[in-house]
Amino acid sequence: MRHYEVTFIVDPVLSGDEIKSTAKTYEDMLAKEGAKIVHIDEMGLRQLAYPLNKRSSGIYYCVEFSIEEGSIISKLELALRRDERIMRFLTIKLDKYGVKYNDDKRNGLIGKVQRPEKKSSKKDSRSRDKAKSVSNKPATPAPAPVAATKEEE
Amino acid sequence: MASRDDIKFLSNPNIGSKRQKYCRFKKFGIKHIDYKDADFLLQFINEQGKLLPRRITGNSLKYQKRVAVAVKRARHLAILPYVADLLK
Repeated sequence: MRHYEVTFIVDPVLSGDEIKSTAKTYEDMLAKEGAKIVHIDEMGLRQLAYPLNKRSSGIYYCVEFSIEEGSIISKLELALRRDERIMRFLTIKLDKYGVKYNDDKRNGLIGKVQRPEKKSSKKDSRSRDKAKSVSNKPATPAPAPVAATKEEE
Repeated sequence: MASRDDIKFLSNPNIGSKRQKYCRFKKFGIKHIDYKDADFLLQFINEQGKLLPRRITGNSLKYQKRVAVAVKRARHLAILPYVADLLK
């Protein structure tokens, strides 16, 4: 079983229905080829970091799927390349950590929880360093839950 | 004033001493770097959108390479810029 993730940017000029149907096309295509769609992430309208096809924003879609063998990828990429509604795409093969990460993210373990904690822990350690490194900081309290959740993997 | 216990040094003794760098991925057990997470990747690039060296980020070689791949993927998808000015 191989896990893949394809992210693509749809032209924002299209109407809402057209955008949805674009995503649906590829979903159906994958399903027809026997892929098991794990999750479709509609990241929505985002500002692009640089203009693409003279557009400054795009609608991001991220489809995660698993399939027995990878011959579908070339077909999928060809279809994406021919599609004028798609501005950019990227296909990634996920390793087991990537699959785990996406799983955790969906369950809300990553993202909102992890990063603020990490930042705060950094600040903690910094302020402690400044305060004086007498108490040799036996692991700040903040990173402990993160490490715990991560080690369960 | 002079008898206060909390004043032990005239100047901050930590000035000039190097803080120990560490690989945050090893330390926190992060195994996968998400290329869609722009805020996280911003920590590894400078104001011009260039990758920061290991010398500065403290990453281990293994994870520095993965950070580089993630940043390049993000650039391709216009999540991060290839070139920028005053990114931060």
